[in-house]
Amino acid sequence: MKKTVFLGALTVAAIAAGAASAATLDDVKARGKLNCGVVTGLVGFGAPDANGRWEGFDVSVCRAVAAAVLGDPDAVEFVPTTGKTRFTALASGEIDLLARNTTWTFSRDVDLKFEFVGVNYYDGQGFLVRKDLGVSSAKELDGATVCIQTGTTTELNLADFFRANNMSYDPVPIETNAEGQQQYLAGACDAYTTDASGLAATRATFEDPAAHVILPEIISKEPLGPLVRHGDQEWGDIARWTLNALIAAEELGVTSANIDELASGTENPEINRLLGTEGSLGEMLGLDAEWAKRAIKANGNYGEIFAKTIGESTPVGLARGLNAQWKDGGILYVPPFR
Amino acid sequence: MTTLTDPAKGAFRLSMLIYDSRYRSITIQIIALIAVLTLIGWLISNTASNLADLGKQPSFGFLGEAAGYDINQRLIDYQNQDTHLRAAFVGVLNTLLVAAMGCVTATIIGVFVGVLRLSKNWVVARLMTLYVETFRNVPVLLWIVFTMAVLIETLPAPNQFRGATPEATMLLGDTVALTNRGFYVPEPLFSRSIGDIHLFGASPLRFDVSLDLIAVLATLIASFLIASLITRRADRIQAATGVRPRTWHWRLAVIVLPLAALLAGLGFYLGHPALKGFNFQGGVYMRNSLIALWLALSLYTAAFIAEIVRAGILAISKGQTEAAAALGLRPRRVMSLVILPQALRVIIPPLISQYLNLTKNSSLAIAVGYMDITGTLMGITLNQTGRELETILIGMLIYLTISLTISFVMNVYNDAVKLRER
Repeated sequence: MKKTVFLGALTVAAIAAGAASAATLDDVKARGKLNCGVVTGLVGFGAPDANGRWEGFDVSVCRAVAAAVLGDPDAVEFVPTTGKTRFTALASGEIDLLARNTTWTFSRDVDLKFEFVGVNYYDGQGFLVRKDLGVSSAKELDGATVCIQTGTTTELNLADFFRANNMSYDPVPIETNAEGQQQYLAGACDAYTTDASGLAATRATFEDPAAHVILPEIISKEPLGPLVRHGDQEWGDIARWTLNALIAAEELGVTSANIDELASGTENPEINRLLGTEGSLGEMLGLDAEWAKRAIKANGNYGEIFAKTIGESTPVGLARGLNAQWKDGGILYVPPFR
Repeated sequence: MTTLTDPAKGAFRLSMLIYDSRYRSITIQIIALIAVLTLIGWLISNTASNLADLGKQPSFGFLGEAAGYDINQRLIDYQNQDTHLRAAFVGVLNTLLVAAMGCVTATIIGVFVGVLRLSKNWVVARLMTLYVETFRNVPVLLWIVFTMAVLIETLPAPNQFRGATPEATMLLGDTVALTNRGFYVPEPLFSRSIGDIHLFGASPLRFDVSLDLIAVLATLIASFLIASLITRRADRIQAATGVRPRTWHWRLAVIVLPLAALLAGLGFYLGHPALKGFNFQGGVYMRNSLIALWLALSLYTAAFIAEIVRAGILAISKGQTEAAAALGLRPRRVMSLVILPQALRVIIPPLISQYLNLTKNSSLAIAVGYMDITGTLMGITLNQTGRELETILIGMLIYLTISLTISFVMNVYNDAVKLRER
């Protein structure tokens, strides 16, 4: 008995010792699987479909990175994380990449020792209320009961917003989106607040989405993006440029339909460099030449992923808005592949 | 014929540490101690070096920074610009609140069920068995979540109390509202309040104590002391003359009259909850997270306490019951005067563990969003500051302190009731 406890403690200690090693790329390759932290279930962004296969906007980032590094978009071990557990999971090495609508903030980047590799969705915090509540502005929510996911930036924004407007509220902390949905629908809270995209995704799953309205006020900037641990720049570069490749592909008109044709060589040198027929960008990353081609082929380019998972033709129904290419009036602007 | 000789003294060889039974056990203990200390030292240095690699030096400075988040249930004043330490203190008080409420309720239900389970009434005894087995054999987390879901899904939302023909109505003459956000009950208020005492000035641990409450408690304690003096006087008279004077009206008067006078003096009245804006305002607001946690923890722990009480009663030999019955005591008096006082000796030690269990299980509060110490310090503060090691260490220390305190108090009580051998 005592021996078992002792050996158990040793194992735990050994695991703890192994966690902080630096070369994530080697670990992932040796494992043959990418451990990717995702949401516990948010339609459009990350949720298992009817066949149990993870699908969604954030999930596509995981698949693209897995395709770039391991050559297989399905070589991903999805680790569902809550707002509370996500950072510990990443810091401890349980996951290699966190793609879970996480807001890029100063303190998370600097103090929590993470590295945000880019922004895949520019968002802001909003409020979802029932239409029959008769509220048309967030400024009318004085005294309301508000459901909120704990451990998020929204929690702090909410406190700031109500303090700045000299209003009171009653926060009901919840752990997951599903729990918030249950409480909100039962009327245990008047309003549900999180990122506007998340609200749209949640509303899409309601029986009667038209009975609920997202209030016009967006009370914060929420640039959501994937992140990795601080201190492994090579791995951070791979994640960053995989995301950039997806966005650049849309800008350059590379789609999952024409990528095989374009990969045999084009007139446009930037496309050639992106797809590996010219230059040695893949080698610089420590990958092969076709890394970006595989990443784009996994789910299509950024625009295709957006349209397929959360775009206007889906139940979530989000417009591109800020998330359009810079040429189309949005703010997606990736550095050149050179 | 053999002769026994002592081993030669003074000739100590190193091998004797292993082969000589006089030294062997000491050798083994020293080796084990060194191994354990090395392991602990290695764990600490490993943690420290890993944290240093991550660039996160352990520091408790975050406790003095503004928390930035709001806490819905607080027994003391708190707003989001207070420090993390203050937020942690709010959490500790919430933990203590639910633990205290839970321990009291669990004990009452547990003793009741434990005694009834031994009832000669077949139906009652079986019902109690059913209760004990259902609650004991389902994880407490499920009970907490289940209770919460029942409260949320079955009770009406506040806006259903609205309108000319509301779907839901308040109970007890419009004084109590049961909603799916919690229960609103009347609150005691004083129109001629004598104010509060402010303890600890402006520090993060400051808190206010109502002087009205202290006055009421002091009056009650004094009343009960006088009432017990009256009882003792009656005992003396009974012992001397054999006739027990009637005292209940005196005792009642001693308890009720001073309290009534005090409440009248302070201008006591009840503040009723009323629907204003989005929610009910006024009255005492018991959140459904508190109620769910309290009910589930109490009912769950009560099932264990019931078994402890039953075991305690069964441990008293049947001869005691028969002897008491032979003296002419009624069954209820036999239980309260003869069996329970003796059973307490068997009951108290395992009861301490149940109190500790309940207190520690209260950390499951996070499942229903009850802001205890796990929810504030080890939940939101941990997440917002990224200080995993520090917050968890403080949290563990707090639970340890609470548990050891409960243990100490209960052990003192145990010493008071345990069998004194003469």
